Amino acid sequence: MIDDFITLLSAAFVLIGAFFALVASIGLLRLPDLYSRMHAASKAGTMGSGLMLIALAVHAADSGVFARALAGVVFFLLTAPISAHLLAKAAYAVGYRLGPSAVRDEMAGQDTENPR
Amino acid sequence: MSFAETILDYAVNIALVILSISFILTIIRIVRGPTLPDRILGLDMLVAAAIGFIAVIGIKTGYILYIDIAIALGLVGFLATVAFARFVLSRGKTEDELLREAKTAAEAARKKSRDEEKRVAKALKREKRLSR
Repeated sequence: MIDDFITLLSAAFVLIGAFFALVASIGLLRLPDLYSRMHAASKAGTMGSGLMLIALAVHAADSGVFARALAGVVFFLLTAPISAHLLAKAAYAVGYRLGPSAVRDEMAGQDTENPR
Repeated sequence: MSFAETILDYAVNIALVILSISFILTIIRIVRGPTLPDRILGLDMLVAAAIGFIAVIGIKTGYILYIDIAIALGLVGFLATVAFARFVLSRGKTEDELLREAKTAAEAARKKSRDEEKRVAKALKREKRLSR
């Protein structure tokens, strides 16, 4: 009974994770400029791979595997925002502009090369 | 095979199909560009999708050691993205600026060669006149 429940839980996590990965890649393809694409890829993408790792941990039902999977998820949750922010900062400082549908650029006029 | 295991089997196969579609969409974005940061972002997303693939394959085959590979791949992907971001920053120019620079340089070179041609033609003419 409890084994069946764990298996079903793992199946649900796998499906939800794959769905999030699909949403992230559709966002990557459809959104208008780099900064909005970054929002799709770094949030939904991390969610997708993290959920699939959790599914693997739940399926294995072993404390060592569970700890490693959790460490992996925490690692991705820590590094994805850092890398996305670094890339956005570099791209903005170099001069890649917002897309044509952007309404407002709140960083316009600031010294992005040498922030205070 | 119990009912729940059949469900998991189907879920894993469906997830592999969905992940493949996601992989292809990301690759379309990488090929299309249009700028270098877009491609770097696509690479980042590709790493995330690959980690998902590894986790799903780990469930399918029951080979749990794959999770270490997923963690290592995540580390490499993070470092690659950081390195590429530093590269974008140190290059300091967008594709448009590079293109404009190349066009200006080509225009200048064309003008210079035209002037040179004119000068040579004039010199030749003068020489012919003198020899006559």
